[in-house]
Amino acid sequence: MAEEYVLQMKNIQKEYYGNKVLKGVNLSVKKGEIHGLIGENGAGKSTLMNILFGMPVIHSTGGYSGNIYINSKKVDIKSPFEAMKIGIGMVHQEFMLIPNFTITENIKLNREITQDNLISKVFKSERLKTLNSSAMAEDARKALHRVGLNIDEWVTIAGLPVGYMQFVEIAREIDKTGIKLLVFDEPTAVLTESEASNLISAMKRLAEAGIAILFITHRLSEVISAADNITVLRDGELVAVKAKKDTDVIELAEIMVGRKVDLKSKSEQSRKYKDKEVILEIKDLQVDMPGERVKGVDLGIYKGEIFGIGGLAGQGKVGIANGIMGLYPSKGEVFFKGKKLDLNNTRGAINKGLAFVSEDRRGMGLLLDHSLELNIVITTMQNKGKFLKRFGIFSQLDNKEIREYANKMIKDLDIRCIRPQQLTRQLSGGNQQKVCVARALTLNPEVLFVSEPTRGIDIGAKKLVLDLLVKLNTELGMTIIMTSSELVELRSICDRIAIISNGKVEGILKPSNSDREFGLMMAGEYRRMQREEATIND
Amino acid sequence: MIELIKKYINNIGLPRLIITLLFIGICVTAIIIGLPVGLLASDVIRRFGMFGVLALAMVPAIQCGTGPNFALPIGIICGLLGSLMTIEFGLTSPVLGYGFISAVLISLPFAIISGWLYGILLNKIKGSEMLVATYTGFSIVSFLQIGWVTLPFTHPEMRWPIGKGLRVTVSLESTFGGVLNRLWGINVGGVYIPTGLLLFFIGCCWLVWLFSRSKSGIEMITAGANPKFAAAAGINVDKNRIIGTILSTIIGAIGIIVYSLSFGFLQLYLAPLYMAFPAVAAVLIGGASTSKVKISHVIIGTFLFQGLLTVALPVANQMFPEGNLSEVLRMIVQNGIILYALTKMGGES
Repeated sequence: MAEEYVLQMKNIQKEYYGNKVLKGVNLSVKKGEIHGLIGENGAGKSTLMNILFGMPVIHSTGGYSGNIYINSKKVDIKSPFEAMKIGIGMVHQEFMLIPNFTITENIKLNREITQDNLISKVFKSERLKTLNSSAMAEDARKALHRVGLNIDEWVTIAGLPVGYMQFVEIAREIDKTGIKLLVFDEPTAVLTESEASNLISAMKRLAEAGIAILFITHRLSEVISAADNITVLRDGELVAVKAKKDTDVIELAEIMVGRKVDLKSKSEQSRKYKDKEVILEIKDLQVDMPGERVKGVDLGIYKGEIFGIGGLAGQGKVGIANGIMGLYPSKGEVFFKGKKLDLNNTRGAINKGLAFVSEDRRGMGLLLDHSLELNIVITTMQNKGKFLKRFGIFSQLDNKEIREYANKMIKDLDIRCIRPQQLTRQLSGGNQQKVCVARALTLNPEVLFVSEPTRGIDIGAKKLVLDLLVKLNTELGMTIIMTSSELVELRSICDRIAIISNGKVEGILKPSNSDREFGLMMAGEYRRMQREEATIND
Repeated sequence: MIELIKKYINNIGLPRLIITLLFIGICVTAIIIGLPVGLLASDVIRRFGMFGVLALAMVPAIQCGTGPNFALPIGIICGLLGSLMTIEFGLTSPVLGYGFISAVLISLPFAIISGWLYGILLNKIKGSEMLVATYTGFSIVSFLQIGWVTLPFTHPEMRWPIGKGLRVTVSLESTFGGVLNRLWGINVGGVYIPTGLLLFFIGCCWLVWLFSRSKSGIEMITAGANPKFAAAAGINVDKNRIIGTILSTIIGAIGIIVYSLSFGFLQLYLAPLYMAFPAVAAVLIGGASTSKVKISHVIIGTFLFQGLLTVALPVANQMFPEGNLSEVLRMIVQNGIILYALTKMGGES
């Protein structure tokens, strides 16, 4: 090997509870190289980085297999502290800074420069030494200068613009002596465009100074403009390593998403919504859901279709259903069967004929310490007064009716359980999901929102849940709006798929559209590319 | 084999097991050192019925998600006010249970209003209910110190003969003292069974159980068990927390009336200050956690806690006869059990 690799990861494999998330990944980064690492959510990027940093989550779940070499020397990194000592630094997506400390204090945190004083001499203790503020400030200034941030080092972090905080993080990492490799974990996610381009030029300067950089991102245009080489992960596998000069945004989009859609596509089936009656119309919906903000979505959903909502995590796709169901404060207008729906009113939405299967199955979707049968009937009981025996103003649970109904649901949806009284905590993920679906069905809804129906359940169960949704749609004519991070799922059962990027609809596609279009939309590049094409054509 | 034992212990819950073993051990010691068994047994049963309703007040509070009601003194004050007004207005005819029924009825509006206000407070401090509750209880008891002196009660049985204000303890001898204890009370082999008292306690348990199976009860339990889930099911979580708090306060008010009735005295001033702790400790020992409780936890817990306390004292007095250690020992035993119960808040698995 003629060239000197700073980092080599060879044949890395990792399993979480029998679920292979990394299937033999190789990654090599040269000195002074900016190496892009891209992939969808769940492609294995974070796991790979967790392995590189020796995060406890890796070792507590059985470690990994494969080898890591730093400067061609084999290393076994057992903790983030060791990673730091070897010379690997990380710039986090969420800032790890203390707001009320100055920039200098943040940069030098736990690596302060100290000098002796009387007491420390007497007690001969490292811990009693005085801080050498001028030396620390000097170092901080140097580091800030290297990242190209023109700001005084004594300013406190609180109140700095977000973009600056990112630079302070970088400055802290490069101030560490012997830093060889710097990992940027989606550093541009929270930055504006100009801040992002500043960041990229800072990265380039650092690379010129001989530091190897690993750049993880979703934004394809950035990776193209910054990286020398690009590694693409998909489903835990290494699918391509490309040099920048040999590729472009479109190809990367295709590689990132591309996979064989083997589940039979549903668009060929007889469609019941040919008359295109709009059952749910969404106008300028804004939802204030932390981490999944919706910033003005317009959609029209036809009666009887399975409508998919896709997009990357954090772009706002999950917020749409949550907002319409009144679980997070929302603004805008939603019309259900031509009538305006009262927003921020869960009971109203349920009583009008909407039902929701939450993405947060264990948090919002289930009463884990209560019986399966109660979980199935509770929403209907509370909103429609069913499953109760009435005694004037008093009421009691109708055990017999509940039991009979629960048994029917258990049979219909094939919920694997010992008995209807079993606690839902004891069920497997797939069966828990079926309980959630059963509860939504008990409401007898016209429109069913399903968010991330297959998250955290095994592959066999995934197919069962998806088949169930298709069955509900074809047999009962139920309109289903499914939100999912798994594009392949959406493409296997949906009639139309809206891709959400940055809180807005990037576009609506058919399952048969190309990987390239899906990839571009997910990365939020579709509109920009179209705009560019338009200007070129002018 | 060891696995089996472990599973068994897990099912019972370690705290419950330890307290049970301790209780049995002390009972055996009591018999060995020759304490009067019949008297002790009567006492255990009486105290069980007497404290039960107070412990039951924890159930709606835990169910609605505000955790054990450390602000039980609020309910207690309401119950005391009801009792005092009953005596003041002389509503003590036999039809009114010698004042028992009127005391309960009069305390209801107080309990509902104060429970409602306190519920609003709890909704504003979600997450730190227990600590705030403890100090709300302390504050309200302290506030009423002024009340007991200044409230315009005139009945001679309650006032100090000279000077102003109510007495520290007000005898219920001439009114409803011991009414429930005597109702259908029977003597079985030297053990007195206060049938009325026990039936009243069991009846209260039954009502709370029925409520927990009604639409409103399920709604409240859902709101407490998983607020996010409840919101998604269209349930108003805050409203249900207030309902649970009101119910807990009402049961607390009834609880202190039953307690005073069986005790024979109303205890004013500082007496209600620490009343919440034995009640909380009882349900915790019974197997409840801060988020889940069953009626059986109340019954088992009250029996174990009061039983242990009742039997442990004479045993300890017998073993350390020197000086007047009984009050000190009572404090040590009672607070020891409370402390132990609080460290084991996990409940039954």
